[in-house]
Amino acid sequence: MKTLEYDVAVIGAGAAGLATAKVTSAAGYRTLVIDREDFSGGVLLQCIHNGFGLHHFKQELTGPEYAGKLESEARESGADFQLSTTVIDLKPQPDGRKLLIALSPSEGVFQIYARSVMLAMGCRERNRGNIGIPGTRPAGVYTAGLAQRLINMSGLLPGKSAVIVGSGDIGLIMARRLSWSGIPVKAVVEIRPFPSGLNRNIVQCLNDFDIPLYLSHTVSRINGADRVESVEISPLVNGVPDETAAFTIECDTVLLSVGLIPENELSKKCGVAINATTGGPLTDAWRMTGVDGVFAGGNVLHVHDLADFASDEAALAGMRICDYLAGRRPGREDAVTTGANLRYVTPNRYIPGEDIQFFMRSMVVDDNAVLLAELNGVEIMRKKLRNVAPPEMISVNIDGKLTQSGGELRFSLLTGGDK
Amino acid sequence: MNCYDVAIVGAGVSGASVAWQLSKYKLKVALLEKEADVGFGVSKANSGIVHGGFHHSAAKTLKAKLEVRGNLMFESLQYQLGFPFRRNGILVVGYSEEEMETVRMLYRQGKANGVRNLELCGRDRVLQLEPKLSQDVAGGFFAPNGGTIEPYRYVFALVEGAKRGGVELLTGFKLSKAVNRDGRWELESADGRRIAARYAVNAAGLYADDVSRIFNAEQFRITPRKGEEYLLDRHTKAAVTRVVFPVPTKVSKGILVIPTVEGTVMIGPTAEATDDKSAVTTSSGNLQRILAQVKHMVDGISAGDVITSFAGMRPTLPGDDFMIEPSAAAPNLIQVAGIQSPGLTASPAIGEYVKDLLKNCGLELVEKAEPEPYVPPVDEIRRRTPEELDALCKKDPAYGRVVCRCEQVSEAEIVEAIRQGHTTIDGIKFYTRSGMGRCQGGFCTERIIKILCRETGMRPEDITKRGGDSRIIAGRLK
Repeated sequence: MKTLEYDVAVIGAGAAGLATAKVTSAAGYRTLVIDREDFSGGVLLQCIHNGFGLHHFKQELTGPEYAGKLESEARESGADFQLSTTVIDLKPQPDGRKLLIALSPSEGVFQIYARSVMLAMGCRERNRGNIGIPGTRPAGVYTAGLAQRLINMSGLLPGKSAVIVGSGDIGLIMARRLSWSGIPVKAVVEIRPFPSGLNRNIVQCLNDFDIPLYLSHTVSRINGADRVESVEISPLVNGVPDETAAFTIECDTVLLSVGLIPENELSKKCGVAINATTGGPLTDAWRMTGVDGVFAGGNVLHVHDLADFASDEAALAGMRICDYLAGRRPGREDAVTTGANLRYVTPNRYIPGEDIQFFMRSMVVDDNAVLLAELNGVEIMRKKLRNVAPPEMISVNIDGKLTQSGGELRFSLLTGGDK
Repeated sequence: MNCYDVAIVGAGVSGASVAWQLSKYKLKVALLEKEADVGFGVSKANSGIVHGGFHHSAAKTLKAKLEVRGNLMFESLQYQLGFPFRRNGILVVGYSEEEMETVRMLYRQGKANGVRNLELCGRDRVLQLEPKLSQDVAGGFFAPNGGTIEPYRYVFALVEGAKRGGVELLTGFKLSKAVNRDGRWELESADGRRIAARYAVNAAGLYADDVSRIFNAEQFRITPRKGEEYLLDRHTKAAVTRVVFPVPTKVSKGILVIPTVEGTVMIGPTAEATDDKSAVTTSSGNLQRILAQVKHMVDGISAGDVITSFAGMRPTLPGDDFMIEPSAAAPNLIQVAGIQSPGLTASPAIGEYVKDLLKNCGLELVEKAEPEPYVPPVDEIRRRTPEELDALCKKDPAYGRVVCRCEQVSEAEIVEAIRQGHTTIDGIKFYTRSGMGRCQGGFCTERIIKILCRETGMRPEDITKRGGDSRIIAGRLK
């Protein structure tokens, strides 16, 4: 059985993994990027629309262009690639190294010993079963990402007319893609009172195509024997579908864009503890998981709304992997906690006195909010936020000078009336 | 017109078992199925339990007699046909003194039926046998002979074995006409195909009443009783090791917690009488009811673990027993109707029983000289050690290409399914488990479409979820 040895094994060659590989290989660490697909780029390859790269590369790119640029940078820095390869097991070894058992058609089973591992497996889409849409089980129900792959990668049209459930970004992008492909989108149905996707996508993908968005509505039934024939849509009253006010829309296709789940099956296998709120690993300030030398970043850690942020976060983790390999350790770390109106903050720990970037998600919609950071109950920072909403991730940098004394660092979001 | 000794109408678990039994003899047998693949009717939505032979009285019912006999036949069948099956035991649990009285009644009934090794359990013993039960359990009884099986894989294996033994399978054959002429049945399908057979077996499941009418035989009515099931992620905290039953109700064995033979957990089924045989719908109210009932038994179960749901139909007759007998109205026709629970458990015995009925009706059974067919187990990468997997890849690199990441299914397994004749998305899914995991086909469906087109020469537009008009692709990007 072939055995490889590396300083860094990056699992996943998408927006996150490629960004990590660039950083670690540029620093001189022998880095191997592993991906199960035949090409690197991950889900970016099927995102043929533009809007990528504005933060990470300061230029607007399509998904494949963005992936191509990330890959070139990683390759030019000296990273090796092992594509068409599935990591089937990940085991910490007594000597501190990690053993990856990998499988590929050309090599069969082989082993990789790595001093550190970057988890960058991304996420998967929630499906019909996860949200329990009642009714029959005909053909024609797809996740938005699968429909995107069928159309953009294989040129196959999944149906003739569609209703989209959920207003996540992939669903909105697909509403526009279907409209352009001659498949009318009759409705986008969102269970919450506000959209799940970015505002720019509501404008560019729904409003520009006159696609109706039903907020506080749900698909209460899918009808059809062999193929979808129609869906029944009900308004929500006090959180319960009001079927007396239900109406039916004829369509042969239902696309689901109802959220993403970090793919941590491999992480769990090697003993990484998972945060119940984000579905991603619990990490320290370096984005190192509970397993020594195993780091995480991008959508495997928590679901980002922009690929750029996933790359940024994974690049930060890459820098810390370099520190780790140089023998440094985070040292003292204190807790980060989540206060009012925030669903989560990541990382979950910080190092007193060090500059650090946090990502967090609001639970509320507000056009005039304030983000408050307190250290041991004393305010250390206050930042005005014009538009907060659950779909829009909040990113904030905290200056190390502010946290020198250490202690519990708590973030809260104050809304309109509470200031 | 092709003339057979026996034509079996319906390739569900009953028809497939009859076909397997008959394949051991010098006979020309046709297995007729209206769907695109076998087991696509009642059988595919079965709970997959090999029951313990204690729910019904063998002195009073045919179904209990065949259940007890069928239960004993699974090891030898598994050895010959290579399907996944495991005897992990059944626990019937009680939560009150009243329920414990029913538990004791079932125990006595099992004993009277001749079932061995049944065990009455106090609270400590049931918790030892199944630590995931909620702490307020009062006691129960343990049937170590109970087990779990993948129902579709079992039907596929029976049919594969029968085919290797010379049985001819005709799919898409929806019987529309049956005429007895010169002592043989002339059978015609809705799409105009015609065959003849000396003997016929009506194993048409939910539609056995319609088929009986086509044969101009007995008038009876199959009443569908719907059951909804919910499948949980294999990482659920509620991953029990035994099949957990509550005490039964009048119409069903209750809502169960089932550790499937593939490591996932299923909860259900409901039992709801309906008039519409095609109404295999799920509803949000039933999920809540099921969850409430099973959480009472296993408190680690959570709605967040549900990865998919489905519904199926039990074909029931008045009196709730099986009807397996020669037709009194039509010549040389064996009726196999009302095969509801425990039909899967009884199925090996049903096959034998029908074979004997055919013999009594004059069918001459001459054993073949050659040994019975053997269906080797499929090489599944999820069951292989790294060393075994490496050896498989050297034989065929397609074992190294993982198509379904959630259930770890390789391209080689997908290709094997297609070569065995499973050319719908659901057929491939049932054969390999691709698309059955937590992402429910989100990642692998597009790859399977490509492999299907490559292996069969089909166009993407021809590919269906499960035959008929269940097309996956509507056209091409212009």
